[in-house]
Amino acid sequence: MNEQIAIKADQLTKRFGDFTAVDGISFEVRKGEIFGFLGANGAGKTTAMRMLCGLSIPTGGTATVAGYDVYKQTEQIKRSIGYMSQKFSLYEDLTVKENIRFYAGIYGKSDAFIKEKTAFLLQELHMESEANKLVRSLPLGWKQKLAFSVAIFHEPGIVFLDEPTGGVDPVTRREFWNMIYNAAAKGITIFVTTHYMDEAEYCNRVSIMVDGRIDALDTPAQLKKTLQASSMDEVFLKLARKAKRNAD
Amino acid sequence: MKQFLSFVKKEFYHIGRDRRTLFILLGMPIMQIIIFGFALTNEVKNSKIAILDNAQDVASAAISSELEASRYFDIVSELHSYKDIEAAFRKGTIKLAVVFPQQFNNDLQHFNTAQIQLVADASDPNVATTLTNYATAVIMDYQDRVTNGRKLPYTIKTEMRMLYNPQLKGAYSFVPGVMAMVLMLVCTMMTAITVVREKETGTMEIMLVSPVRPMKIVMAKAVPYLLLSMINIASILLLSVFVLDVPINGSLLLLIAESVLFILTSLALGLLISSSTDSQQTAMFISLTGLFLPTVMLSGFMFPIENMPLPLRIISNVVPSKWYYDIVKSVMIKGLGITAIWKETLILAGMTLFFLTLAIKKFKIRLA
Repeated sequence: MNEQIAIKADQLTKRFGDFTAVDGISFEVRKGEIFGFLGANGAGKTTAMRMLCGLSIPTGGTATVAGYDVYKQTEQIKRSIGYMSQKFSLYEDLTVKENIRFYAGIYGKSDAFIKEKTAFLLQELHMESEANKLVRSLPLGWKQKLAFSVAIFHEPGIVFLDEPTGGVDPVTRREFWNMIYNAAAKGITIFVTTHYMDEAEYCNRVSIMVDGRIDALDTPAQLKKTLQASSMDEVFLKLARKAKRNAD
Repeated sequence: MKQFLSFVKKEFYHIGRDRRTLFILLGMPIMQIIIFGFALTNEVKNSKIAILDNAQDVASAAISSELEASRYFDIVSELHSYKDIEAAFRKGTIKLAVVFPQQFNNDLQHFNTAQIQLVADASDPNVATTLTNYATAVIMDYQDRVTNGRKLPYTIKTEMRMLYNPQLKGAYSFVPGVMAMVLMLVCTMMTAITVVREKETGTMEIMLVSPVRPMKIVMAKAVPYLLLSMINIASILLLSVFVLDVPINGSLLLLIAESVLFILTSLALGLLISSSTDSQQTAMFISLTGLFLPTVMLSGFMFPIENMPLPLRIISNVVPSKWYYDIVKSVMIKGLGITAIWKETLILAGMTLFFLTLAIKKFKIRLA
C-alpha cells in the first residue's frame, strides 16, 4: 500500500439494472492533492462519489479510500472522511456552537477536544460574536464556510466536496477556495466536484467524466495544451459535447 | 452512547426552538378532551318534543307531564292535527312527536291495551333511536305505576342494566379514542416529518456519510416524541379522571405499558412513512389520510365496527388504533387485566415489529 495515495479506483463500476451509471473508472488521488471531479449533470459524478464515501456498494472493479476497501470497510472509510454537499447542511435552528458540538459529537470526539477546537475555529473564522446565534441568521457565505469547517472538524484525511460553492458570490467563493488551500496545505486530500470552470483551474488535477467514463485526467494546464483550448471552459465543452446521455 | 446522547440533545433543541409546534402538540390533547367532553356529546338532554293529544284524558295528561318532568325532554308545543307534526319537523323545531289516540284512557282501562305513537326525526338515526328509547322508558314507568299490584295476564318485562358505564356517558368511549388519536398524530406524523425534514435540508446525507449507524439516528428521533407522548397521556388521564369523572378501573401500570407499546407502533409507522417519501408535505399527507382518518373512522371510536359492511370490518383489523382503542377500553373502563387483552397486545406488538423491519429494510435499500 502506497502511503502517498489517498484514493485509488480501478475499473470501478456501478450498474442499476441495464443502466451503467459509472463505467469502469480508474484514477489515483495523492495525499494533500486538490482533485477536481468534473462532468455534466448525469455523467455519473454523484454515483461515483457515493461509492467512494461508502454510501453505495459498487457492482464491479475495486477502490480504496484512505487505504480502506469500499466493499468491506465502509465503516472505517466513514471514519476517515469528511463530506459537504451542495445542499446546505447545517441545522438552521441550532446555534453555531450547537452545530459544531453536534457534528463533532457524532464522530465521537471528546468534550475537551471539541471545546478547544471550537474556540480556535471560531477565532479563525472571526465568528466569536456569532457563536451563540442561530445559523439561520448568518449570511449564506458564512454558513458555507462554517459548513466546510464542520466537515473537517474531526480532522479527516480526505474531504469530499459536492458542488460546495453553489449559489455563492465570487468574493465568497474566492475566500472559500482559500480555506480549501489551507486545508490541503495541512495534508488533507480534497476531492471536489464543481460546475464553475474557473474553480477547476484552482485544482491540482482534474478529471472530466462523460457518459460514466473518465475522458480526461490531467493538470489544468496540460489539459488545455492537449485539447488546444484557451480555458478550462473550452476543454469542458469539447469533451462534454461528445456525450450521448441526456442530463437528468 | 455519547453519539446517541448528542443526537437526542439535538432533537430536543429542534423541538424546543419550535415553540408553536410544541404548544400545539401539548395543547391538542387538552383541547380535544374539552371539546369532546363538553361540546360534542351524543347524550340526549332537553330535546325538544311536541305532543299531539287527541285523547285529552287523565292518562295522556299524566304521561305528558312525566315526559316534561324528565331531563331528557322539553315539550315545546301542543299540536292539534297530524299536519302540524309534519310542519313542526320541517321547521326543525322538534326532534320527536308523541301522539295519543282518541279514547286513550278508555282503551287502557277497558281493553287493557292502548297505543301511543312516537314519531322521530330519523335524519339523524342515532339521536332518533335514543329519543324513542328514552320516551318508551318513561311511558313504561308510567305503566308500571298504573298496573302496580295488579297482575296482567301476559307481560314480559325486560330489565336492562348498562354494564361498565351505567350512566351511558359519552366520555367513556371518547377518552380511549382521543388517546389513540393523539398518540397516532404526535408520534407518527411528527417522526415522519422530522426525518423527512433532514432529507430535505441535506443533513441526513451528512449523517449517512458519518460513522453513525442509521438505527441510532432513527432511535434518537424517537426518544423526544416518546417523552412528549407520555406527557400527553398523563394530561389526558388527569383530565378524564378529575374533570370528566371517568375512572381508571384497571391497572394504571398496565394502561401505561400498553400505551408505550402503541407509541412504539406509531413511531415505527412514522419511520416507515419517512423512508417512503422525500418531502415533508407528502409525509404529512400520508400521515393524515392514511392514519388519522382510519383512526377516527375505523377504530370503533366514532362508529361501531359491528355495524359496518364486511369489507370495512376486515380493513379495520389492520388499523393499529383499533386494537389500542379496544385495549384502553378494556383496561380503563372495564377494569380487565392482561389475560383479557393478550391477543390485542400480541397483534400490536406484531405490527410494530413488522413496520419496523419494513422501515429499516427500506432505509437500507435507499443506501445501496
